[in-house]
Amino acid sequence: MTDLTPVLSATWGAENSWTLDTYTNHGGYAGLKKALAMEPTDIVAAVKDSGLRGRGGAGFPTGMKWGFLPPDDGLPRYLVVNADESEPGTCKDIPTMLSAPHTLIEGVAITSFAIGCNHAFIYVRGEVVHVYRRLMKAVEEAYAAGHLGKNIHGTGFDLDVTVHAGAGAYICGEETALLDSLEGRRGQPRLKPPFPAVAGLYARPTVVNNVESIASVPAIIDRGVDWFTSMGTERSKGMGFFSLSGHVKNPGQYEAPLGITLRELLEMAGGMREGHELKFWTPGGSSTPIFTDEHLDTPLDYESVGAAGSMLGTRALQIFDETTCVVRAVTRWTEFYKHESCGKCTPCREGTYWLALILKRLEAGTGTEADIQQLLDTCDSILGRAFCALGDGATSCITSSVKLFKEEYEAHVTQGGCPFDHSASALFEYADASDAPAIEEAHA
Amino acid sequence: MTATADKATATPVETVTLTIDGTEVTVPKNTLIIRAAEQAGIEIPRFCDHPALKPAGACRQCLVDVAAPDREGNVRPFPKPQASCTMTAMDGMIVNTQHTSEEAERAQKGVMELLLINHPLDCPTCDKGGECPLQNQALSAGRPESRFVDTKRVFEKPLPLSSEILLDRERCILCQRCTRFSKEIAGDAFIDLQNRGAMQQIGTFDEDVLGFDGYGPVGVAAEDESGKAFSSYFSGNTVQICPVGALTSAAYRFRSRPFDLVSSASISEHDSSGSAIRVDHRHGTVMRRLADLDPVVNEDWITDKDRFAFKWQNLDDRLTKPLLRNDEGELVEVPWPDALEAVAAGLAHATREEDSKGAAVLPGGRVTLEDAYAYGKFARTVLGTNDVDTRSRIASDEEQSFLGAHVAGTGMGVTFADLENAPSVLLVGFEAEDEGGVVFLRMFKSVGKQQVFTVAPLVSPGSAKLGATLVPAVPGAEGAALAGLDKDTVKALSEDGAVIIVGERAAGSAGALTEALKLSEKTGASIAWIPRRAGERGAVDAGALPGLLPGGRDAGSAKARAEVAEVWGVDDLPGARGRDAAAILVAAGAKRLDALIVGGVTPSDLTGDALKALENTPFVVSLEVRRSEVSEYADVVLPVAPPTEKSGTYVNWEGRLRGFATAIPTDAIPDHRVLSLIAREMGVDLGTNSLAAIANEIAALGATDASARPKAPAVKPAAQKAAKKKDLVLASWHQLVDEGSLQDGEPYLAGTGRTAVARVSQATADALGVTDGMVTLMGRSRRSLELPVHVTDMVDGVVWVPSKSPGSWVARDLGLEPGDSITVKGGV
Repeated sequence: MTDLTPVLSATWGAENSWTLDTYTNHGGYAGLKKALAMEPTDIVAAVKDSGLRGRGGAGFPTGMKWGFLPPDDGLPRYLVVNADESEPGTCKDIPTMLSAPHTLIEGVAITSFAIGCNHAFIYVRGEVVHVYRRLMKAVEEAYAAGHLGKNIHGTGFDLDVTVHAGAGAYICGEETALLDSLEGRRGQPRLKPPFPAVAGLYARPTVVNNVESIASVPAIIDRGVDWFTSMGTERSKGMGFFSLSGHVKNPGQYEAPLGITLRELLEMAGGMREGHELKFWTPGGSSTPIFTDEHLDTPLDYESVGAAGSMLGTRALQIFDETTCVVRAVTRWTEFYKHESCGKCTPCREGTYWLALILKRLEAGTGTEADIQQLLDTCDSILGRAFCALGDGATSCITSSVKLFKEEYEAHVTQGGCPFDHSASALFEYADASDAPAIEEAHA
Repeated sequence: MTATADKATATPVETVTLTIDGTEVTVPKNTLIIRAAEQAGIEIPRFCDHPALKPAGACRQCLVDVAAPDREGNVRPFPKPQASCTMTAMDGMIVNTQHTSEEAERAQKGVMELLLINHPLDCPTCDKGGECPLQNQALSAGRPESRFVDTKRVFEKPLPLSSEILLDRERCILCQRCTRFSKEIAGDAFIDLQNRGAMQQIGTFDEDVLGFDGYGPVGVAAEDESGKAFSSYFSGNTVQICPVGALTSAAYRFRSRPFDLVSSASISEHDSSGSAIRVDHRHGTVMRRLADLDPVVNEDWITDKDRFAFKWQNLDDRLTKPLLRNDEGELVEVPWPDALEAVAAGLAHATREEDSKGAAVLPGGRVTLEDAYAYGKFARTVLGTNDVDTRSRIASDEEQSFLGAHVAGTGMGVTFADLENAPSVLLVGFEAEDEGGVVFLRMFKSVGKQQVFTVAPLVSPGSAKLGATLVPAVPGAEGAALAGLDKDTVKALSEDGAVIIVGERAAGSAGALTEALKLSEKTGASIAWIPRRAGERGAVDAGALPGLLPGGRDAGSAKARAEVAEVWGVDDLPGARGRDAAAILVAAGAKRLDALIVGGVTPSDLTGDALKALENTPFVVSLEVRRSEVSEYADVVLPVAPPTEKSGTYVNWEGRLRGFATAIPTDAIPDHRVLSLIAREMGVDLGTNSLAAIANEIAALGATDASARPKAPAVKPAAQKAAKKKDLVLASWHQLVDEGSLQDGEPYLAGTGRTAVARVSQATADALGVTDGMVTLMGRSRRSLELPVHVTDMVDGVVWVPSKSPGSWVARDLGLEPGDSITVKGGV
């Protein structure tokens, strides 16, 4: 049995956990102190050695990313923290910034020192105004305490941190679109190469990292590489958040070593909703192919999940029991992708538009057998054809669900409607059907 | 080839060799796969890709299978198809297009299907139908039947982006060619992507125009001084590069089908760049004009004036038959022989009798090389005068010396490519965007790599886009400003390849051309003269100026006259000093001339009193395409062919010959033949009946050496003219889209012009007591201009107004030239 390992979330339960005092009282900023006494290259080496992989979903080794920066030419280089957490199901960065913003700020300070950056940016999803405010306040506190600003703790190292609120576009979580947005342009992905490490923000070398990745750095420095590598699996080191949502008794953030299984997590979360059993789940948010109860014991690390046909992604485990209509869930996700497609490339823009239309028809029972094939064909025209990975992500839930639950799609066609009782799957008082149009309109 | 034209250095180009569809192709490093395939003769379908624009990778139509060597040299396939318009070729790469890869073909078909799901099936009524990349590729890569059974996306249509450019958003495939053109080529953000996802659309920044469904338009629009959304001088190019029928022009919309058009290559008559155009006509009527690709001149682009302003050639006032004034004083149509007889008699009377006061010729600046040559030769050999001047604009003797010494007959000098590659450019009396059109586009390519200085009273919007540094000069004092350039500017201009551009307005500033030459000598910068009108350079070469004979010969030089007389087979040429256009008008107005031959001259363009001159001249002959103000005073009006209906040559500002053939053959006769007919009637063989004959003569004449050329000008720069007490100094130039007579009959184009304003500095505005509202500019005559004032960061004591924009006809209504002092009153 794997145990929970609260690191980033260790102080969340403390009184006024978001304040600098609370954070410091629990040993916060010790990592920074230690880091400032180290050679920047040693910090980069430590993060490389720790095996920390990007927690934003792609799992690219963080230290290696830092290592891609060209040699210092005396001109600016930037750290940009991707805090534009927007994927359906993904809900780890926002609680981190809400409950312990200083873990992130300390990570920003250490990372900036390591890569020679004097101006870091945190790009926060625009809708979460409360998080934005809390982060701003925390940055203010950090400046006052001398963790940020000029000549930090007498080391001669200067660092300014700018917290920037996005305007509510999923695409801005794509790192190059984020950079364009941060520069004040339309948020659409850039052509690569050049990669951000070479020409990122304002065409200068830039490291873009996820909140959780950066927030993991202080602990690695403070407690050491060995501590970090003692957790996790061979190629997926350390701990991470597992965000359980949906039909579980106690949804929430479960910080645990990578490689934990859903079975273990469900146990910690008190199991499925009373009297129900697992039907399907996403291992890493809505962009990852869905799993079923067959995968209860799949270790949740990058390799194992990949081998099982999905992706670890952001470890956003959306859990659905047998009352849930797969077609309905997939339709909602697809509407999200249609709504959030940036519009730049044909496959994603037109493809998600078409998919949403077909799915709505299928869900309403007016679809045909041919529509199911059309779904797959359209997904085929998007997957691997789109400009950025978001197009691929839009197809995952459809192709995986058709593969696993084709008969359910067919049932919608043959029965001329949805065979499920929607109120049964709801976690709240639910009046069926009538509010569906309102939702559709809101998402049109 | 001249030495200057052959500057290309012979550095070997680094190449890579790859295999496309089994064919080995060697291309320069960094070549995109799609370009490499083109070189191998393999066509990969595409929409967003355009060779002149930066790669976008947006449409995804050009997906191909690629395998490339990894670090160990093992060729490994990419897991998914790659956009060939964004990926550069590398050594050892193996590319399989739709021709050889099922995967690539499947990918392309998939994208095509997606492009079509929301595309309307209105090809039969769409302007693009028949020449549409989407239509063509839908046939080659599309499915025979659509699988899309849902409702297509619709928008209100068409959406006018400007009076000229219309947008049908439902046809748009969002390839971003138009927005990239606006940003990268023209530098005018007048449209941009708006909204997102399936609702993404091209839009203007005007909230009232688009139904944004909760979204506001985003971005900063280019605006003109009045705050009107400014639609760019180059917007028509977006219509041409649109790969579907989303962008159309109001002028051409629903007028014709591409397969009914006959296309003729031609050269634009609108400016001195000599842009290559394609004239599309049907049943003898021009339906539209397009940019023709000419890599060394206009590349892919032309100005909106080049594109849309052609109706002037065939308006209701088009002349097709000669007109003769009868005894009642009315112009009546007569047969050619009668008209020629009358002209011959009138001119003979004016020039060949004892008390004859002589005749003068005003050909106008829109002539071809051949026409200009004929006018010049006609004046000298038939009328026996040097009173011939094409410069119906601001001009000076200093300019004539400059042109004779440094421009006339010198062949190719500074080229477009030189201009693009110049490390620094100094503009003197020249506005690249307003007066140069595609010259501006070339320079805009080098923004960031090229230092631009402008000797002017203000940084105009065009110069601002070029990032120009202002060398402040009150109009008339440009020479002094050049003499006093600071060290840094001189240093920048001393860099290898630097260029000094002098515009035609430099002639209005005493000493400016002299100082420009001095500066050129001092810094080694090349000098280029860029006039506005298409015929100016050809006329200078052909000797249609009072002091210039063909090939740069000084009409005042006996040697030069003898050289020309020999080729022309005449005993001698007139030696008396000729009058320039302004002096001809003064002489005519004072009844000191018996006859005037007037070509394409618009009286309202002239500062001098042209109407009085015409009225006081006993015999006026007009050679015109259209019945004009000159016709009202003419005794004989002879119709001549408009550019579309004749062949000829424009010499562009580079000195490049831009020959063009007849697009639409009619019985209209070009000026040079009409002059030849008149001469014959008067017993002289002018020898200008055919282009070939003229070409032979020009070749025989060649250019002369320095000894027979005018001396370079040596005029002391004028100190800033002391404006009369409280008066201001007038600054003015023509905006590219204005009310010039060649833009008549094209209201959609006119609507895209910038609003006329009077610009003054803050201090000047304060002194006048006006910071907004209208000001009155009092002219020499009783007339005046009333314009909205616009406070601009500019030189004090100067007021700028456009030369011929709506409500601002400077020459006609003020009778003033730039540099003159002017009374301005506020609070009207």
